[in-house]
Amino acid sequence: MSGNAQLEALVSRGYAHGFVTEIESDSLPPGLDEDTVRNISRIKNEPQFLTDWRLRAFRHWQTMREPEWAHVRPHPVDYQALSYYSAPKIKTDGPKSLADVDPKLLETYAKLGVPLHERARLAGVAVDAVFDSVSVATTFKDRLEKAGVIFCSFSDAVQKHPALLEKYLGTVVPQADNFYACLNSAVFSDGSFVYIPKGVRCPMELSTYFRINAANTGQFERTLIIADEGSHVSYLEGCTAPMRDENQLHAAVVELVAENDAQIKYSTVQNWYPGDENGIGGIYNFVTKRGECRGRNSRISWTQVETGSAITWKYPSCVLKGENSVGEFYSVALANNYQQADTGTKMIHIGPNTRSTIVSKGISAGHGQNTYRGLVKILPTAHGARNFTQCDSLLMGTQCGAHTFPYVEIKNSTATLEHEASTSRISEDQLFYCIQRGISAEDAVNMIVNGFCKSVFKELPMEFAVEAQNLLAVSLEGAVG
Amino acid sequence: MLKINNLHATVAGKKVLDGLTLDLPAGQVHAIMGPNGSGKSTLAYVLAGRPGYEVTAGSVSFKDQDLLTLAPEARAQAGVFLGFQYPVEIPGVNNVYLLKAAFNAARKHRGESEVDAFEFLELVRIKMRLMQMDEAFLSRGVNEGFSGGEKKRNEILQMLVLEPALAVLDETDSGLDIDALKIVAQGVNTLRSPERSMILVTHYQRLLDYIKPDQVHVLARGKIIRSGGSELALELEARGYDWLTQV
Repeated sequence: MSGNAQLEALVSRGYAHGFVTEIESDSLPPGLDEDTVRNISRIKNEPQFLTDWRLRAFRHWQTMREPEWAHVRPHPVDYQALSYYSAPKIKTDGPKSLADVDPKLLETYAKLGVPLHERARLAGVAVDAVFDSVSVATTFKDRLEKAGVIFCSFSDAVQKHPALLEKYLGTVVPQADNFYACLNSAVFSDGSFVYIPKGVRCPMELSTYFRINAANTGQFERTLIIADEGSHVSYLEGCTAPMRDENQLHAAVVELVAENDAQIKYSTVQNWYPGDENGIGGIYNFVTKRGECRGRNSRISWTQVETGSAITWKYPSCVLKGENSVGEFYSVALANNYQQADTGTKMIHIGPNTRSTIVSKGISAGHGQNTYRGLVKILPTAHGARNFTQCDSLLMGTQCGAHTFPYVEIKNSTATLEHEASTSRISEDQLFYCIQRGISAEDAVNMIVNGFCKSVFKELPMEFAVEAQNLLAVSLEGAVG
Repeated sequence: MLKINNLHATVAGKKVLDGLTLDLPAGQVHAIMGPNGSGKSTLAYVLAGRPGYEVTAGSVSFKDQDLLTLAPEARAQAGVFLGFQYPVEIPGVNNVYLLKAAFNAARKHRGESEVDAFEFLELVRIKMRLMQMDEAFLSRGVNEGFSGGEKKRNEILQMLVLEPALAVLDETDSGLDIDALKIVAQGVNTLRSPERSMILVTHYQRLLDYIKPDQVHVLARGKIIRSGGSELALELEARGYDWLTQV
């Protein structure tokens, strides 16, 4: 077998999370009109302001068109064929505690390696589990409440903290921001809500685990994280979905707000079903994530490991308003088989002495197409702003592609920007070199890829870094063989 | 140790080895010399099992087992080491990390327990002193930004750590200044032992001033056309290859 064939065979193992949970669910029939929006709002027993907010978004969405500027080629999405709400059937009014959660759901999460039982206390991570359109369980609520931290499903927040919600919702990602964010604003079903009060350092890692289960549904969750003055939080999210031949839409919105001296670290390990080796099926991951450093000395850090999804379209960004605020973006994106990834970030420097760092590592294998798209914008008010961008691409095999679109807009002459970029290839020479030292081809590829991603992985919380490395190894299986 | 019998091999359909026979007993060092394109590097790659180097006839036995049926990584684990003519750069992968993975792969193969990072570092430090290498080497990417001489020294360091039964050094001397050559030769000489055999592929007699071979072979058009003691190398240095190849 030639070295190239070896490389190509090593980048393809199966998707481990592709099972379907047989569970009864309540779903809205397919279709989208104002009644759908009203129905979702009614099911969730929302206050009038939110119903109106959704309807405004829906009306605007109808005037919008899907963006076509990204380097991705989705099949057309029939928005009338999707169901916009699906929830596992609940016998009572809703789970009051984990004991009320359907055992099948608990089993699903156990299978995914996400323990919802609080006896998994050793893990020290509080989890909000979102299954299709609803949050099914949030762990460690009591302990967090003692610290004053609010960590609950978005639906709970609507009921219990409407004032906070009304104050912050849509203030970072406006409804009309883009096609998918606008759709989300109209039909979002659940998600996570986090509020860290002044001066509190969140006592544990918070995490949300998103699972798409039902067929023909879209998942539209919203996450809103508010870090009040001087607070500190680290938040992780993970995502999986069953294997299906149809593409499924996931259009989420994440908004982060960091007030004076606050820090938010947001880490994602995205492993939605990527489709099969012929590019059939897989999730369309069209996500809008943005954080606003409102206060001085605030800091928002995005770290993402994107190995799943048929198509990824996301640009976790930072709006650096506060003086001395810091934005960071660390990304590993993998496109194997027929996956397409168009991802990157926007760093908008508004306040003086704002700083941003971008480290992007793109890996392309099989027929995968990987695009980095980034914008660094320095406004006239951002005296002394600084940015460092590093953008590296790694190619495996001969059929894949790596593309880079770095945009820079500078309106202040005191700004300092650095940009480094590289494109490399795992060569047969590198592979044979490792093999000749007694290391298997698979281990060699993992070693080389991990070496390539090292500067991003070190930004992840420890337990996630290990998971990310393993995930990358699985996602690359069969790329060499 | 190594018995090569009537070996034929092709690269991309082109015949390169054409009936090569060589017997390398345990404890011996043999030098293989010959004009460009005579098949020296091909022999090295065929022994290591590089994909694309097709054996069409003949046999190779290594420690009484059929080497050609072993996968390339299995050959390495069994103790075949190739010192590359052009060691490749692997950015981002620490030298010490690769070396430890290789070391442990061989131990695992022998049914021994893997050594941890601290133990391993101790071992490597000793070998590095021998090669007069700075410790900063360890944390650099594999061959990343190394000079030609540093790369070759790194190959020998790896050999010292892995302690292979059979080392094939492909033009390890090319591109070395005289000081580096001495250090490399010293590394090779410390590894000479009754249980270990080596093949030195070289263009120049110079290396053999520092590493005394038991035998010298001349490879031309894919087979060995002349064998002798170390005096053969001196004769080649003086007369070139033409007098042999034009016979």
